[in-house]
This record gives sequence, C-alpha cells and structure tokens, in this order.
Amino acid sequence: MAVYKKTYRPYDGALTPSLTRFLVIPRYAFEDMQKSRFLTIFYIASFIYPLVCALIIYVQHNASALNLLGAQSARNLISINATFFLNLLGWQSMLALFLAAFIGPGQVSPDLSNNALSLYLARPFSRAEYVIGKMWILIVLMSLMTWVPGLLLFLLQAYLEEGWTWLHDNTGLAIGLFFGSWVWILIMALLALALSAWVKWKPAAGALMFGVFFVAAGFGVAINGVQRTKWGHLLNISALIGAVWVQLFGADPAVNNGGVFFRMPQGQELPLWCCWTSLACFCAMCLYMLHRKIRGAEVIR
Amino acid sequence: MDPVIELDGLEVRFGTRTILNKLKASLTGRSIGLLGPNGAGKSTLINTLLGFHKPSAGTARILGRDVRTHAREVRSLIGYMPENDAFIANMSGVRFVRLMAELAGLPKEHALERTHEAFFYVGLGEVRYRALGTYSLGMKQAAKLAQAIAHGPKLLFLDEPTNGLDPPARLRMIQLIQEIRDRGDQHLILSSHLLRDVEECCDEVLILKDGNIAAFCNLEEERRANKRFLEVETRGEVNGNFIAAMQGLGCEAATGAQGRLKLVLPDGLEVRQLYEIAARQNVQIRRLNHKRDSLEDIFLKAMEAANGQ
Repeated sequence: MAVYKKTYRPYDGALTPSLTRFLVIPRYAFEDMQKSRFLTIFYIASFIYPLVCALIIYVQHNASALNLLGAQSARNLISINATFFLNLLGWQSMLALFLAAFIGPGQVSPDLSNNALSLYLARPFSRAEYVIGKMWILIVLMSLMTWVPGLLLFLLQAYLEEGWTWLHDNTGLAIGLFFGSWVWILIMALLALALSAWVKWKPAAGALMFGVFFVAAGFGVAINGVQRTKWGHLLNISALIGAVWVQLFGADPAVNNGGVFFRMPQGQELPLWCCWTSLACFCAMCLYMLHRKIRGAEVIR
Repeated sequence: MDPVIELDGLEVRFGTRTILNKLKASLTGRSIGLLGPNGAGKSTLINTLLGFHKPSAGTARILGRDVRTHAREVRSLIGYMPENDAFIANMSGVRFVRLMAELAGLPKEHALERTHEAFFYVGLGEVRYRALGTYSLGMKQAAKLAQAIAHGPKLLFLDEPTNGLDPPARLRMIQLIQEIRDRGDQHLILSSHLLRDVEECCDEVLILKDGNIAAFCNLEEERRANKRFLEVETRGEVNGNFIAAMQGLGCEAATGAQGRLKLVLPDGLEVRQLYEIAARQNVQIRRLNHKRDSLEDIFLKAMEAANGQ
C-alpha cells in the first residue's frame, strides 16, 4: 500500500523465526558502530598484529624470503609455539577490552535512560534474548579479533609445516586459543553490559570498565603489599584469565604466564581452581546486575 | 462474545504490599477503559498483563491465552503505548519504529513499509526521519502510538495516550483511537485519569480503587438506559391525573417540588406520547431533559461505594 494513503491495516503476513529474532539487535548495533569513523578505523587497525604474525609465519617457512632479507638465522629467533599464540591472544584481548569499553556502554544505557526497555519486552522477546542480542555484537566483533585470526594463523602454520604431525602435536594451542578467547569475550561482554545497565552515562561506564581492570588490580597489589599475601590477585581479573589461559594452552606456567597484561608475578600464582571460581563468581555477579536492571517495569517496593 | 481479558482471582504483591487484590472480571468490549485514582493499580494491572510482573496468585487470560503460561504468545498479540517517554532519543522515528516492528517478528522489508504507513497514519509523515529526541510532546505521543500499531496487534494497550497534549493534539489522538476502535479488527484497553477520554473512546469501563474493582460498567448500556430516564418540569404543581396516565402506560414516576417530575419510560413508549398525554391533561411542560448519568457520576459513585466498604 502506498504510504500516502493514511489508513491502517492489520498485519497478516509471515513472521520471522522467534529463535533468530534476537539478531535484529546486533544488526542495528552494527549499523550504529559503522557510523563512528574512529571505531571503524580502530577495528581495522586491530588486525595489524595478526597480519604481522601471518607475515612472520610465512617468512619463517620461506627460505628464499629469509635469504632475501639476509636473516637466515631469524627462524631460530621466533618460534611458533604456545608463547607466540599466547602473546597474540594477549595483545588482541587487550584491544578487545578497548573495543568493549567503547561499544559496550552504548548498548543498554540508552534503552534504560529512555525507558525503552518496556517497549522491547512488551514484544514476544524475552529478557534473556535482549541480553544475548546486546552481547552478540560484542561477541562477534571480539571473536573476529581474537580466536578467528588466532585459529587462521594456527591453520596457516600447520599448512606451512606441511603435515598433520604439527597439527596433531599442537592441538592444545587451538583449544587454548578458542576457549581462552571465549572466556575473555564472555567476561568482557557481561561486564560491559552490566556496567552499561547500572551506569547510564556512557563515558562513565566506559571509564569504569577500565577501572575494574586497572584500579582493581592496583588495589589487589596494595592488599598484597599490606597484608603480605598473594590473594589480592583475586581482584586482578586479567591475571586470573592469564592463569586460565596457560592451563588451556597446556603451557608451562614457569615459562609462559599469559601475555604481558595477563601475567601474575612469579611465585605469587594462585591455584587454578581459585582463578576459575573467581571468574565464575565475577560472571555470576554481572548476570545478577543485569537481572536486576533488565526489566519491563521497575518495581518500587 | 469471547472475553478479551479475563481476570481470574489475579493478585499481585510487591513484598508485603498487595497491589492487586484477587481481581475477577471478564471484559468483552471492543474498547475498554481502565479508570482509577493514582495508586489504584491500573499500571500494575497493565504491566501484569504484559508479563512484566508475576501474579502472586490467580491468573489472567488475554484473548484466551494465559499470561503466566503463554506470555510470549500473549505479547505477540499486543501493542503497547506506555505512559512515560519511551524511545531512544538519538534514533530517527522511522528507525526506532522499524526496530520495534522487527522485534515483534515482522521481516525487515515489511517492517519498513508498515513503519512508514504507521507514521503517515498518526500524522508524523513529514518528520519521520528526524531524531525522536527533537520531537515535541505531541509528536512523541503519536510516535509511541505508531510503534504500538506498526506490527498490527490484535489488542492495543494505551496508557494515558493524551497526557500532556494541547487541545488540538488531544482531539487528533482521540480521533485516531476512535478510528482504530471503529475499524473493528483491534481491541483497545485505554488507561486514563481523564474521564472524558474514556467516555469518548470506550464502551466498557473497569474502575479500580486500592487494587480492588470498584465498579465495572458497560457504557453503551448506561447510555441506552439514560435515554429512557427523563426529568420533566411542568408549570405549577404536577397534575395527579397526568402521573396516573403515565403510570398507566408503564412509566415509573416520582414527583419533586415545584412541578418537577422524574420518569422512566418503558421500552416502546416515545417522548411524543408524553406530550400528547400532557396536552390531554392540560399540563404545560416547561422543560424536558434526558438524564445524563455521566462517567463522572459513575466514577464518583464507585469511589463512594469503595470508601463506604
């Protein structure tokens, strides 16, 4: 019907499948993100490091390229091993933190500050779908920054090594990359949404996100100094994740203690179960914060 | 007629406070008004029907679907226009309503087409690409109505739709609501503290007070009944023969001071016959009014009755 005909008619057409309806939210969020030139440039720039890694892997396996560069011994300088992939994951995860701090706060806070949640939830759309929809954009973007290039580099290395042996011997690296990235992505996404739900002012929510990582870690160090303990590291989320990564990569903690930002000081490592439990508690806290805030109508008791 | 909304002992409690107290009603009208003073439970009732609050006891059914067990299905039938500002300020009108229509399940092409139609329908065709934050209050109300109808719901919840509107904008909104009602393919629930809005748009009214149903009336029937109720003023005292003659025709009559008379006409008796009898009995009718039991009277009576309890 032409729009100039000012009449109303009921809708009797087909509906989209309810299972995939939550994807509407990330599609709109992605359109919003594309409007920001800064974010687009930042996101593209975040692929520089994986490209450099790909170049390193390629050059490592190309004797003529090494001869051309006059660096025949370079092959021995950089090894493609757990440290190489942990550093990649560490660097990319750091960038993912920045991305989450830029995009995350803008996900829930505008809906809350404009009372739009009642409109979302008055539709055949649950709170869980809303949260998953809002997380999805972060999950997709951070996946493309972390485990996707990581696994592509892993496959490139396996291909250039010319054989299943390397692939088979180093499956732990792929598992570590995949699951390690997911631990980080889930924590980032949950934290970004939880802060976005509680702090309606976007810049403050973004700053708080960094605060949770840097200020809490500093506070943990202060506790360690004053109390002469190592349990202050429980507040250092990145170090907890670093420890989990080392386990997932099947690496030696003495040699590989996560990436730079994710390193726990030698001799102060916490038991792995403590790291996992702390991270699980942290996720549960974020979910609780979301549960309290994501409601169609606020209850005033 | 199948009930639009059935309240079956619906109770909602927030902590120890009972907000809705075992409500029981069956609403069948095409357009139902929800009235009550502040804190009566109108918004809580709407929020419960939308599934935002869980009933602590009892349940409610919308178009036959239980709001507890079929919440998703119920919400697919509903369009909701909230009382407060509810939109994303930096989004354009079209983009926001399209998003809402897509979330209701419309494919994106249909959602876009219907969004444009809805905007033209509510009179915002020219401003649909502007950011919602720049809309005037009247435009925001209209945009909220657009998002409520864009996906073609079967039941429309309108919470204070004329809030803050100037007289022309209010008139336009009332006309839109009446138009939607008269099309006959949608049911309306209109919650308002403005009795005039409810009177102009609704055919049934549910009056709430302190979480209880204070009154439930069918305005259509009231209006029909009012047409049979006459207040007559005659010159001098009322002639006894005139009253007897009217009673003989089946009228109920009660005399008042100074020639005033109240009559309830039976079905089939026309006002013209009243004049004929008056002429025969030499009674001069000076004034004749149809009694108008306005919604305000019904509302005040309900409030008094609720206070009396």
